[in-house]
Amino acid sequence: MSVLTERSAAEIARDVNARKLSAREVVDATLAHVDAIDAEVGAYLTPLHDLARATASRVDERVAHGERLPLAGVPLAVKDNMCLVGTRTTCASKILERWSAPYTATAVQRMLDAGCVPIGKTNLDEFAMGSSCENSALGVTRNPFDLTRVPGGSSGGSAAAVAAREATIGLGSDTGGSIREPGAFCNLIGFKPTYGRVSRYGLIAFASSLDQIGPLTRSVEDAALAFDAMGGHDPMDGTSIDRALEPTATALREDLRGLRVGIVREFALDALGPEMAAVYERAYADLKALGATLVDVSLPTAEHGLATYYLIAPAECSSNLARFDGVRYGLRVDGPDVNAMYERTRAAGFGAEVKRRILIGTYALSSGYYDAYYVRAQKARTLIARDFADAFAGCDLIACPATSCPPFAIGAVSDPYSMYLMDYYTIPMSLAGIPALSVPCGWVSEGGTPLPIGLQLAAPHFAEGLLLGAAHAYERATEHASKHTPRAGAPA
Amino acid sequence: MPIDVRYVAKLARIELTDEEVERFGAQLAELLEHVKTLNSLDVAAVAATAQVVESRNVMRDDAPRASLDRETVLEQAPQRQGAFVRVPRIIAE
Repeated sequence: MSVLTERSAAEIARDVNARKLSAREVVDATLAHVDAIDAEVGAYLTPLHDLARATASRVDERVAHGERLPLAGVPLAVKDNMCLVGTRTTCASKILERWSAPYTATAVQRMLDAGCVPIGKTNLDEFAMGSSCENSALGVTRNPFDLTRVPGGSSGGSAAAVAAREATIGLGSDTGGSIREPGAFCNLIGFKPTYGRVSRYGLIAFASSLDQIGPLTRSVEDAALAFDAMGGHDPMDGTSIDRALEPTATALREDLRGLRVGIVREFALDALGPEMAAVYERAYADLKALGATLVDVSLPTAEHGLATYYLIAPAECSSNLARFDGVRYGLRVDGPDVNAMYERTRAAGFGAEVKRRILIGTYALSSGYYDAYYVRAQKARTLIARDFADAFAGCDLIACPATSCPPFAIGAVSDPYSMYLMDYYTIPMSLAGIPALSVPCGWVSEGGTPLPIGLQLAAPHFAEGLLLGAAHAYERATEHASKHTPRAGAPA
Repeated sequence: MPIDVRYVAKLARIELTDEEVERFGAQLAELLEHVKTLNSLDVAAVAATAQVVESRNVMRDDAPRASLDRETVLEQAPQRQGAFVRVPRIIAE
């Protein structure tokens, strides 16, 4: 165990660039820590010791040649639905268990260009469909703050890795909450940028109109550094936004003076139980104490977010996952004819949740039901986006819960619909395509174990700088994240 | 409304066991019950979302450029024959 693993990305990059510290030292310490604790945490599906050491040495050479890298030597955990050339990329699915990526995702490449060192590929709910990592076909990931509980999902492996100090920045993808919910469950910043801000090239698609890559970090400053490195236009992704990216890491705020923060009338805190409600009441009061004006806003259609999402996302998934057919790559199970081969391959290759969503989506898109389900959901989506536009006419940011409960015990939620409810507060922002993050805002106790809770902040399209700036002021003033250390990976 | 799960699975090219047909059928019916709440929204005058942020059609120059190496791609194929991916017979003899 080394205190190097405790350092922020900002601190590591500063010292590596100043040649007070080598990337190799940081990475060796991180790999040693992974070797010591990952059997317990299960964050990584594929650790990349050799690649990590070679990349770290290369970073040290670049720095020695006078390059200044914004993330020099920073250990990076990559969710295993993002391609990294020459490494196994599985989506935690049997259908891709032995697939090796022939190219690298833009977001991953930009992080490497900025000086990051890939420590490994992390676990997820299969094809990013889930809220606990329990839908992984390839392994169990545990919450570093309580090893009997889930880390959240679907980016649970990246969240657990960063929380347990097995990486400094984690890359996640968020379709309905898959960065923000594990961020909240693992005492991290979980940041989903505006749809289209970060290229999806090389991110294996789940629901293309919703998917967005973002960072999981232990500080807002690190999230901003990661976003500045990976964001911006990419000609390889037709939905990537061609719009200048203002640096966010240099524009962090220390207070919230002059900002109007909207509190959503429809998200009544008493639904969360007294302990969590008290955490959020306190969080809203802290925002006010930092100089924000709290204003009442209404999102009348947000309660329909879950229903809207569970038609649109499965519809897109049923189309995207049609490519896994046993022909060109991945698993193939033979059959007497080509249809039998498709059907057996997909039966053996996909887990229950993926099958469920493909079936829902296929049904919602099928002849006779398309207008009643898919088109109606896309219209509801318009109303939800309009709600946010109306709300932002009267406020600069929205504050609300990130989750409706603290991290739950592994195996405790077995009913699919109950699991879908985990994303109740995060889905509306995804449907509207707006940037949102979760930031640690307190702890609740269950069975004597302190469990982290996250506050969700959301901003209008492209207002990432304002969002991260405000989260930074809140984080600095409250310091909730540092009140407890993870049981796994605590400094010796 | 009952869902013909076997028919939907056929469209999706997924073989299901009898147990899965029963289990998924019940779960899909439950989900469709929940999404019925959307019927309470008045969407008569609402346009369906096509995109959530400003985006335009993207064109690129029709110019040749390097693609993935053929061998790298073929190495991933479950079955290959020379420079081809091998698949079960599609056209009857």
